[in-house]
Amino acid sequence: MDMKTAAKKLSLKDKYKLFTRDLGWEPTYRSKEEVFPYAQYEGIKVHDWDKWEDPFRLTMDSYWKYQAEKERKFYAIIDAHAQNNGHLNITDARYLSALKIFLQAISPGEYSAHKGFARVGREFPGVGTQVACQMQAIDEIRHAQTQIHALSNYNKYYNGFHAFAEQRDRIWYTSVARSFFDDAMSAGPFEFMIAIGFSFEYVLTNLLFVPFMSGAAYNGDMATVTFGFSAQSDEARHMTLGLECIKFMLEQDPDNLPIVQGWIDKWFWRGFRVLGLVSTMMDYMLPKRVMSWREAWNIYGVENGSALFKDLARYGIRAPKGWDHAEEAVDHMSHQFMLGLYQWSFGTSFHAWIPSDEDMDWLAKKYPTTFDKYYRPRWNHIKKLASAGTPFKNYGLAKLCQCCQLPTVFTEPGDPTLTCHREADYKGDKYHFCSDHCQEIFENEPEKYIQAWLPMPQLFQDPINGDLGAWMDWVFLKDGQDNGDYADSQDKRNFELWRGMATNNQ
Amino acid sequence: MSVVARKEYVAVPRDRVENFHGKQLVYVSWDHHLLFAAPFLLCLPPQTAFGELLDSALQPLLQADPDATAIDWGKVEWLKDNQPWVPDFERSLADNGIAHKGQLRMRTPGLNSLCAVS
Repeated sequence: MDMKTAAKKLSLKDKYKLFTRDLGWEPTYRSKEEVFPYAQYEGIKVHDWDKWEDPFRLTMDSYWKYQAEKERKFYAIIDAHAQNNGHLNITDARYLSALKIFLQAISPGEYSAHKGFARVGREFPGVGTQVACQMQAIDEIRHAQTQIHALSNYNKYYNGFHAFAEQRDRIWYTSVARSFFDDAMSAGPFEFMIAIGFSFEYVLTNLLFVPFMSGAAYNGDMATVTFGFSAQSDEARHMTLGLECIKFMLEQDPDNLPIVQGWIDKWFWRGFRVLGLVSTMMDYMLPKRVMSWREAWNIYGVENGSALFKDLARYGIRAPKGWDHAEEAVDHMSHQFMLGLYQWSFGTSFHAWIPSDEDMDWLAKKYPTTFDKYYRPRWNHIKKLASAGTPFKNYGLAKLCQCCQLPTVFTEPGDPTLTCHREADYKGDKYHFCSDHCQEIFENEPEKYIQAWLPMPQLFQDPINGDLGAWMDWVFLKDGQDNGDYADSQDKRNFELWRGMATNNQ
Repeated sequence: MSVVARKEYVAVPRDRVENFHGKQLVYVSWDHHLLFAAPFLLCLPPQTAFGELLDSALQPLLQADPDATAIDWGKVEWLKDNQPWVPDFERSLADNGIAHKGQLRMRTPGLNSLCAVS
């Protein structure tokens, strides 16, 4: 009779070897180039795929175990949030605008990142890389799901959450994030890694998640705090993968440097433009603010970013080209955006509002060189129009940038009083840009960007042909409910009514 | 430069003039008047007289600015595609050389109620 003996536990190193590196094989009846046709066309030279180091050495079996544990905790808290009317614990219903933008623009981006990592996991030849990409693909779809589930509870009570999936494709401001991800997903595997793994996850993610999750905590939103925490440990792995990829490319061959630098320049700027939307959340939309966009930029952009690019300088990498213009824009962008969101709020599936005098004093303190001089006079005039019963609605619609797809709200470098006008002719057509950097991205690959689906020009083509009412139906926007000024919104009335019922006896 | 691709990369522009059913896009902005967050997008037939664009399409949009009523249209300085330009108010957009997606900018020196001019 055989004695049952406990199987000897594998060391972490052996386990990683068996579960990861040993999964690969050398093809015999097809060439490696045929099996991995996308690995070379971008011009990145790789001599040894085994040099790809995975500092986490996470294997699939441990991955499932950790993730399952996080899911259980997450759904327990989400259930508690729903059962305890967690939606009444937020500071006030203005906070919901930040959540709506997040759900409509950012969560679908997580789903796109999932598709992208699933694809590049197939396209990269190295096994370590393939497994790391597979895990990140699963992470990203989990993030999309947990975000949608966490925010679905708000959808039971408030407007503007109901059609995020359709609005991702149809409403105008979401096209900014969508085009960022479409651009990355239609690039080759190495460029995709720089776009998402490096620029978005490594350089910029702190500017999205840390202030956003702290913002949720400051404003009593336990649901969002919970998905933030549930995603955080994944983000550490993603950031490492992004940084690892960039170092791998730079160490493999000196010819890779100019290609990598070009991608860093491009994707830093594209990411910075997408994150512009976050600046309005931080400076305007959180009733209880964590810090200003400028302060967040100083910590997560300037300090962390500078340290990173100093570290990469030994490979010959310099800071991204748009860095100085970004630094200058940080004192203006949230105000430029929010003034736009307010005047076009008839077409947004969230509410905007005129900041109170107290809010404006806070903004003046946080932006001592710009707010009072450039932006307070505009808000004061808008306030005057609203008091006179003629609230400001700009039905002129907006010129959009052919590259980042944002309305061209930005001003000339060095002159905050003058809109930045940039245009190029390509094969007999005119194209417009918000900045020199977006124009340069276009001019490097014009064929890619002339196909851009720009929501404003599309409104005047089939099937809408300029009919604003038909457009609202098409984007699932309920006029008078989802859009407009917060001051006279159903969300405000309902929140105050229900909160009143929960906190007093009247 | 062109798109790095594994085979010939052919792209079709989305916003060609044919897609607008006989109309065209025109962008108009008013320098140093940033109450309007971005240049306006107008969609009009190319046969529209330039004066008609001003009266029916542009002027109603400008009313929210306190300087709007003080504009002397005979003295406005124009830029077309960022170059100085003199429009003929009687003639059409096409005759004025305003192409599909052309950008017009108007300047009104001295009018700056809401925007400190650097």
